[in-house]
Amino acid sequence: MTNLMDRPNPPESDQPRAREPISTGSEWTFELIQKYDDEIAKCAAEFGLDTYPNQVEVISAEQMMDAYSSVGMPVGYHHWSFGKQFLSTSKGYQRGQMGLAYEIVINSNPCIAYLMEENTLPMQALVIAHASYGHNSFFKGNYLFRTWTDASAIIDYLVFARHYVAECEERYGVDAVEEILDSCHALMNYGVDRYKRPAPISASEEMRRQKEREEYQQRRINDLWRTIPKPDDDDDPVRRGKRYPEEPQENILYFIEKNAPLLETWQREIIRIVRKLGQYFYPQRQTQVMNEGWASFWHYTLLHRLYDKGLVTDGFMLEFLQSHSAVVYQPPFNSPWYSGLNPYTLGFSIFTDLRRICENPTDEDREWFPDIAGSDWLETLHFAMKNFKDESFIQQFLSPKVMRDLKLFAIQNDDQEDVYRVTAIHDEPGYRDLREKLARQYNLSYREPNIQVWNVDVRGDRSLTLRHIPVDRVPLGKETDEVLRHVHRLWGFDVHLESVEDGTVVEDHHCPPREFEED
Amino acid sequence: MGMTHIVDRRLNGKNKSAVNRERFLRRYRHHIKRAVSDAVQKRSITDIERGEKVSIPSRDIDEPIFHHGQGGKREVVHPGNQEFVAGDTIPKPEGGGGQGSGQGQASPDGEGMDEFAFQITQEEFLDFLFDDLELPNLARKKLKDTEAFKFVRSGFSTDGVPAKLDVVRSLRGAHARRLGLGGARKKKIRDLEKQLEALKSAPEDLDPAFSHEDQIQVLEEEIARLKANVRRIPFIDEIDLRYRQHLKKPQPATSAVMFCLMDVSGSMTQMHKDIAKRFFILLYLFLKKNYKKIEVVFIRHHTSAKEVDEEEFFYSRETGGTIVSSALKLMHKIIESRYSPAEWNIYAAQASDGDNWNDDSPVCGKILADSILPLVQYFAYVEITPQDHQMLWYEYEKIQEQFPQSFALQQIADPGEIYPVFRQLFERKAA
Repeated sequence: MTNLMDRPNPPESDQPRAREPISTGSEWTFELIQKYDDEIAKCAAEFGLDTYPNQVEVISAEQMMDAYSSVGMPVGYHHWSFGKQFLSTSKGYQRGQMGLAYEIVINSNPCIAYLMEENTLPMQALVIAHASYGHNSFFKGNYLFRTWTDASAIIDYLVFARHYVAECEERYGVDAVEEILDSCHALMNYGVDRYKRPAPISASEEMRRQKEREEYQQRRINDLWRTIPKPDDDDDPVRRGKRYPEEPQENILYFIEKNAPLLETWQREIIRIVRKLGQYFYPQRQTQVMNEGWASFWHYTLLHRLYDKGLVTDGFMLEFLQSHSAVVYQPPFNSPWYSGLNPYTLGFSIFTDLRRICENPTDEDREWFPDIAGSDWLETLHFAMKNFKDESFIQQFLSPKVMRDLKLFAIQNDDQEDVYRVTAIHDEPGYRDLREKLARQYNLSYREPNIQVWNVDVRGDRSLTLRHIPVDRVPLGKETDEVLRHVHRLWGFDVHLESVEDGTVVEDHHCPPREFEED
Repeated sequence: MGMTHIVDRRLNGKNKSAVNRERFLRRYRHHIKRAVSDAVQKRSITDIERGEKVSIPSRDIDEPIFHHGQGGKREVVHPGNQEFVAGDTIPKPEGGGGQGSGQGQASPDGEGMDEFAFQITQEEFLDFLFDDLELPNLARKKLKDTEAFKFVRSGFSTDGVPAKLDVVRSLRGAHARRLGLGGARKKKIRDLEKQLEALKSAPEDLDPAFSHEDQIQVLEEEIARLKANVRRIPFIDEIDLRYRQHLKKPQPATSAVMFCLMDVSGSMTQMHKDIAKRFFILLYLFLKKNYKKIEVVFIRHHTSAKEVDEEEFFYSRETGGTIVSSALKLMHKIIESRYSPAEWNIYAAQASDGDNWNDDSPVCGKILADSILPLVQYFAYVEITPQDHQMLWYEYEKIQEQFPQSFALQQIADPGEIYPVFRQLFERKAA
C-alpha cells in the first residue's frame, strides 16, 4: 500500500523513453488485460491512488444489459421495475439506438468492474483506468462513501436482502411483497438521515438482528399505541400541544418502519432493506460530478503516463483520446443534444484545472486560491476528493478559468415575471455568484423537495402529516398524489401533506382525497 | 496494492433478468392480454405462432417519486454562453407561463403520453392467449410442445459417438488413405527390388573393383527405409473414421384439412365472431401439432353457403335468415371433390348462434349422420349464445349420442368455455 507521503517513484512525464509497447493490435486477450492492468496499477501507485483490491469481470453484451437493469447491483431481489428497465435497455440496444455503458463499477471490496467483451483493447484499458483505479480510489477515499457505505459488506447484504424478499414472496405471496416494495421504492430517496451517521450495514449482523427485531419490534409498536392517552386526558394542555414526533423527521421510511401501526414484522423488514439500499446509493447521488470527474481525470492521467513510459502506441492513444473527448464533451445550451451540464465535463475540468492551479498558478489563481496555488498538486487533489461532495466541491474549487472555458451563465425563471433573466455570467462581477448558484444546484434538498414527517395524530384518527418546505415557491410535481397513495399504503391511516411557507399552508394533498367543498 | 483478479464471466448465465421480466409481464398482464386479444382479431388464424409488440402508456408504468413541479422561481446554470451579459432578459415563449422550454430542467411529467413498447415472445403470446381460453396446463403443453420427432439417416460425418461408427466406410477410407500415402513408395520399392534382382542375377565380376556389393547394399538400405516408411503409415487413423449421421425430422407427415363453418346471418355480431375465431384458432393450433400440412377451408352461410377467404369469413356482414344445411351440403361437396378421406384427415368446426329455420334442423342432422360424420375425424359445434337452445341444438344432441367419438357440442357465452369442447379431442389423442 502506498500513500501520498512516501510514494516510491515521483512521476516524471517529460523524459522520453524507448518505445516498447505492451501490444500493437486492438484485439484483447486475458493476458494482455492482465499486463495492462499491471502497468496501470504501477502508474496508479506512483500517483498514490489508494484502492480496494480489484476484480475485473469480462462479460457479454447481454450480461451488461442484465447488470444495467439491476441498477448496478450484482445481486438483487426480484421486482418488476428491474424487468421494465431490462426491456427498455434491450429494446434500445437491439435497435442500435443506444450503445451500452462502457463500464459498470460496484462500490464493493473487492471493487468489481465489468468489461464488455466487444470493447477493443484501448477501451478495456480506458475502463480499467477509469473504474478500477479512478472510481475505486474515490469509493475508498471520499468521506461520504466512508460514512454511508460499507464496501466489504454490501454484497453479503444484497444476498441477504434477496433471500429475505424471496422468502417473503413464498410465505405471503408475490403480490403482497410487490405492493410493499412499490411503496418503498416511491420513498427510497426519503430513507436517509442526512445528518446522523448511520450504522454500517453488515449481513451477518443484519441476520442476527433481524431475528431479534422480529421478536421485539411488534411489541414495541404495540407499546407506542397502547400508551395513547384516553380521550379524557385531552384536558392536559401540555400533552395536547405536543406533536409526535417532537422534531420533524426527514427519514420518512425509517419513521414508518418504526411507527406505522398496522405493518407486519416482515413488511417492516422490507422497508428496512429498501432504506439500506437508499443509504447505499445516497453518496452516489451527491458525488456524481466529483466521482466521474475524478475517474475521468485519472483515466486521462494514467493512460498518458503509460504513453510517456513508451508502453502504448500512438494508435492506442488516438483511439483512447477519441473516446475520452466523447465522454467529456459538453454540448452548448442551444444544441439539440443539450441535456444539462455533463457531470463528466464539469468534474474533469475542475480537477484538471486544480492541478494547473497547483503547478502553474496565475495571479488570478493566487488571489482566488491562496492556499492552493503552488501547492503539491497530488496532495491537493486527494484532499479535494476525500473531503467534499458535489455541492461543497464546486463551491470550493470551481475556478474562474473553468467558468470561462465552459462559458457558464445563470438564467432565472420566475413564474411571476414575463421574461427570463440572465443573472450572472463568466465575468469578474459574476464569478462568485455563478459559483454559488451552480453549487446550490447540486444541493440535494434543492434538487428534491424537502419533505419531512411533521405530526401523527396519536390521540385521534392516527393520521400522518408530512410537511413540505418549498424553496423559492417551487411547488410539488404532478405525481405527488400518487406517491401519497404509497405512503398511505404503508402507514395504514389517512395521510396529509402540506406545503408550508412562512407559517401558511400554500398547497395540500390528502390520501384518501378530501371531498372538496367548492367555493 | 492488491492483486487484480480478472474473471471471465461470459459463460455464466445471461438470463439474470428473466425473473424480473416475467414479473413485469405479470404486473401488466391486463395490458398485454388486451394487446394479444387485439392481435388475435387482426391476425389470420394460421398466423398465431409469433410474438407481438405490446405498448403500455408510460403513465401506467411510471414509478412515482416526490419531485418538483413547474413554477416558482428557479435559477439554472448553463454552458456555452455566446452573447448574454448579466441583466439581459429573454422573453418567455407565448402561452408558456414558465413552461421553461429553455431550462433543460423539464420535470419528468413534462414528457407527455409516451408509450412504453416492448416485444413479447411467441411462447408468451400463446400463454396469454391460452389464459384467455382457460386452457389447463396439460393441454397447453401439448399445444406448445414441439411435435414428436423421428431420426432419419442423412449421410455420414467425421465425428460422432462410437455407437454410430460405420465400420465399412471407415475401413474403406483407411484403405484409400493407405493407398494414397503408400502407393508411390510401394511402386518405388517394386522398382528397386527389380533392379536389385537384376544386379544379383548378373554374373559376378572377378575384379573386386567392379563388384556389385556396394550397389546392392545401397539398394537394400533404400528398400528397407522405404518399407519402414510404409509400415509407419497407420492401418487406421482417426481421420478415417466415419459416423452415421441422423437428422431429427418431425414425425407426422400426413395432412389434415380443417373446415371452418360459420353462420354469418344478421344475428351474429362481431362479438360472436371473435369468440368463434378463438375457437377456430384453438382447433388450428391443435391440428398443427399433429399434422404437418394443414389446409383450411372457410365456409360461411346464411340462407345459402359460400366458400370464402379468411378475411371475408370473419369480417363481412350479411343480413337475412339462416339455413345451416346449406353449409353442410357445401362442405360435403368440397370433401368429395378435393379432400379424399383416404388421404386427408378431416376436421370441422362449426360456430353459430343457434339460429336456424326449424324445418332445416332435421335435414342438418341427417346430412351429418349420413354423409359427413362417417368421413371426418372430428366435428365440433359451438353455439355462442347465452339464451335458450333452439331446434338445431336438440337435433345435434341426438347426433352426439350416435357419434360420441367424433362429435362434440358446447354452448358458450365467453371464450373460457371453448376449451371443454377440445378436452375430449385432447384426451382421445393422448390415448
